[in-house]
Amino acid sequence: MVRTRRHTVLPGFRLTMGYTIFYLVLIVLLPLLTLPIRSWELGWSVFQATVTDPRVLASYRLSLGAALAAAAINAVFGLVVAWVLTRYRLPGQRVIDALIDLPFALPTAVAGITLTTLYAPGGWLGRHLAAWGITVAFTPLGITLALVFIGLPFVVRTLQPVIDDLDLEIEEAASSLGATRWQVLGRVVLPYLSPAWLTGFALAFARSVGEYGSVVFIAGNMPMRTEITPLLIITQLEQFDYARATAIAVVLLLLSFLLLLLINGLQSWAGRRLST
Amino acid sequence: MALAFLVLFLFVPLLAVFTEALRFGLGAYAAAILQPDALSALRLTLLAAAVAVPLNLVFGVSAGWAIAKFDFRGKNILLTLIDLPFAVSPVIAGLVFILLFGRQGWLGPWLTDHDIRVVFALPGIVLATVFVSFPFVAREIIPVMQAMGREEEEAARVLGASGLQIFRRVTLPNIKWGLLYGVLLCNARAMGEFGAVSVVSGKIRGETNTLPLHVEILYNEYQFQAAFAAASLLAGLAIVTLVLKVVIERRLQRAMAVPGDPL
Amino acid sequence: MIRVSTSVFALVCAALLVACARSAPDSAPTDMLNVSYDPTRELYVEVDKAFAADWKARTGQDVTIRQSHGGAGAQARAVIDGLAADVVTLALAYDIDAIAGTGLIDPAWQTRLPDNSTPYTSTIVFLVRKGNPKGIRDWADLGQPGIGVVTPNPKTSGGARWNYLAAWGAALRQPGGTEASARAFVSRLYGNVLVLDSGARGATTTFVQRGIGDVLLSWENEAYLAIEESKGAVEIVVPTVSILAEPPVAVVDDVVDRRGSRPLAEAYLQYLYTTDGQRIAARHHYRPRRPEILAEFPGAFADLSLFTIDEVFGGWQTAQRTHFADGGIFDQIYRPGGR
Repeated sequence: MVRTRRHTVLPGFRLTMGYTIFYLVLIVLLPLLTLPIRSWELGWSVFQATVTDPRVLASYRLSLGAALAAAAINAVFGLVVAWVLTRYRLPGQRVIDALIDLPFALPTAVAGITLTTLYAPGGWLGRHLAAWGITVAFTPLGITLALVFIGLPFVVRTLQPVIDDLDLEIEEAASSLGATRWQVLGRVVLPYLSPAWLTGFALAFARSVGEYGSVVFIAGNMPMRTEITPLLIITQLEQFDYARATAIAVVLLLLSFLLLLLINGLQSWAGRRLST
Repeated sequence: MALAFLVLFLFVPLLAVFTEALRFGLGAYAAAILQPDALSALRLTLLAAAVAVPLNLVFGVSAGWAIAKFDFRGKNILLTLIDLPFAVSPVIAGLVFILLFGRQGWLGPWLTDHDIRVVFALPGIVLATVFVSFPFVAREIIPVMQAMGREEEEAARVLGASGLQIFRRVTLPNIKWGLLYGVLLCNARAMGEFGAVSVVSGKIRGETNTLPLHVEILYNEYQFQAAFAAASLLAGLAIVTLVLKVVIERRLQRAMAVPGDPL
Repeated sequence: MIRVSTSVFALVCAALLVACARSAPDSAPTDMLNVSYDPTRELYVEVDKAFAADWKARTGQDVTIRQSHGGAGAQARAVIDGLAADVVTLALAYDIDAIAGTGLIDPAWQTRLPDNSTPYTSTIVFLVRKGNPKGIRDWADLGQPGIGVVTPNPKTSGGARWNYLAAWGAALRQPGGTEASARAFVSRLYGNVLVLDSGARGATTTFVQRGIGDVLLSWENEAYLAIEESKGAVEIVVPTVSILAEPPVAVVDDVVDRRGSRPLAEAYLQYLYTTDGQRIAARHHYRPRRPEILAEFPGAFADLSLFTIDEVFGGWQTAQRTHFADGGIFDQIYRPGGR
């Protein structure tokens, strides 16, 4: 399956590819293989019934929908933030830059607790939002918000080095050739950034789909409405039903694998368009 | 606009963490983070990160080289597989190791007979940490390596440089920022992981509790101030890694101050 | 490159093996692990200290008792999967039965210690806002329209299952109460639920700290703790009837026999039944089993009519199957159009 297509003089393909695959199999694939095997015990019809239960279906919609929405919000704002942080010198820039990693450093449970404190109807921010008739905590909006929080660093951190490498001269050349600012942005900057941008989007999305710790506090966990898929997995585990838990996990894994594959396909397409 | 977004999403929560942590003054703050349980949790967290980050760094560089510098079929699938640990719910990430090494797992009976403990002990915590922080370095440097192209390396090869020389002299200077960011992310994730570690840890106080687990425990004991103090310690660790990054950045810049180099 | 990586890998493996080897048991263990559920943290801090002093006085030996706390189901699962607990002290017998089902504990565990292996008990009460603005007095009020109820999810929390069963049993005890009227009441009650937190502590935080809802269904001991923590922002309402919640304890036979820690583990659990142990439980708002100790705390525990799970539901196995298993009554309540 793996074979070099174009001849290149660079060494080390076998070595690095061999190691990559070895490590991938050892750390990721082998452990994950336990999931389908364990859910196999159920037999096909029980498996099917488990993963297509209306409550489970509602949870896929919620988990995937909120994750996509959050990744989209992060893609837009993350780009702006990364651009501002890389291109402009602001007072307290180091501090702001450090803050980007916060959602990472904060354990997800703490993030969930903190966000709930802030956005609950009586919280610092929730109080004002409630005056506008917006309820955040314990609604799908709250779930999306928590996912925006944990996904932001991925977009920013993926874009920063690439923006850093983007030569100012190219932009200047384009504008001296008569391109407007929007043309420079649309024709020069965005195509150059798009592989990294899509990577950031993919990472933020992937991270959000399975997120549990930060979401479970703010979600409200009402069946059919604010119950995320990972919670249903936990629910099965609490009943000591490993087979059903792994069955739902397999479906969630497959769904996110396919979505990621799509995004990675898009990304290499964007990358190819860039290089030609 | 961007700043307002940042303030709302990042600064306010951080402020909340530190406000809560310092609610009863510095004395109480110091007392909270100097508890023996907190210190042992800190040690465990640092140890797990110290194992996970180098392992994933080596993997990331190796995967980056293979994927960015060569063409082969199935590249997208490989990339997606590398992303996978990410999409796996942290709870499941812990569970798979239980299914492998737990008492009822595939290797369970053998491990029990030889009295080797993997889950609910240090090895399990390290494994879960390696798993969740797996994609970071690779995913950060692959786009950078791809954006860089391969002409420079090829030129160096034609001029007779060995693989290692090419990597050190040509590739590394170009990817160093991406690499640093990757290590940073990997490290932050390794230290902050909660879900996966909580499944394999067993939560034995003073023994298998990592710092994030310790925070949750304190929170559940209504010791909100102590919980946020421990959380601020984690935020502090992230800031330390960031300062390290800035220092390294400066060093590198001075060491290779080539006139006209945009970096 | 690969040489570096293999040596790093080898180093790590070696380090892990050393770590494994070190965890091998000593010949005479002077430490033990108590795996417990969430609300008992404060209780066992005191019990462990008192027991260690008692053991030292009797044998001259220093012992260390390690604690692990979490959701009861998750804790039981950890023990099943190999967490080396010498004793388990969990929220419900069902969880210990699950451990026994894998052969780690003798199936007859509940008869080995007095009182169903439950040294202390608790019950389910209501927590309301200061001054009880909604005038909540008894179970029937929770089913009224416009009342916001907070209770954890029975699927993920042991305490929440006691809450659910208390509501069901209380409805059965009403004059003319039937299975159908109980089901209608429980459906109305869960229709009023605003947030189903994943655990009891989470639900308490949602109610007390976040100010969500008018009434919280809670363990009695948790309710008292919450009142202390909230400095009077909430108060207890005791219903006329509730369930006798029995959080049981057991020695994990497989682990203590392997480690040789049976005498220590058994002494530890028996300590819970001593006068001192019972007093500590009472101080932490758990109802002591011994009547003479209960009498030492007049007014600490409200007088209400209590029914047991065996009387009303025929034991945990039946209750779990009927109400909480997949497709059980709790699931049916939440099915679209199921109310």
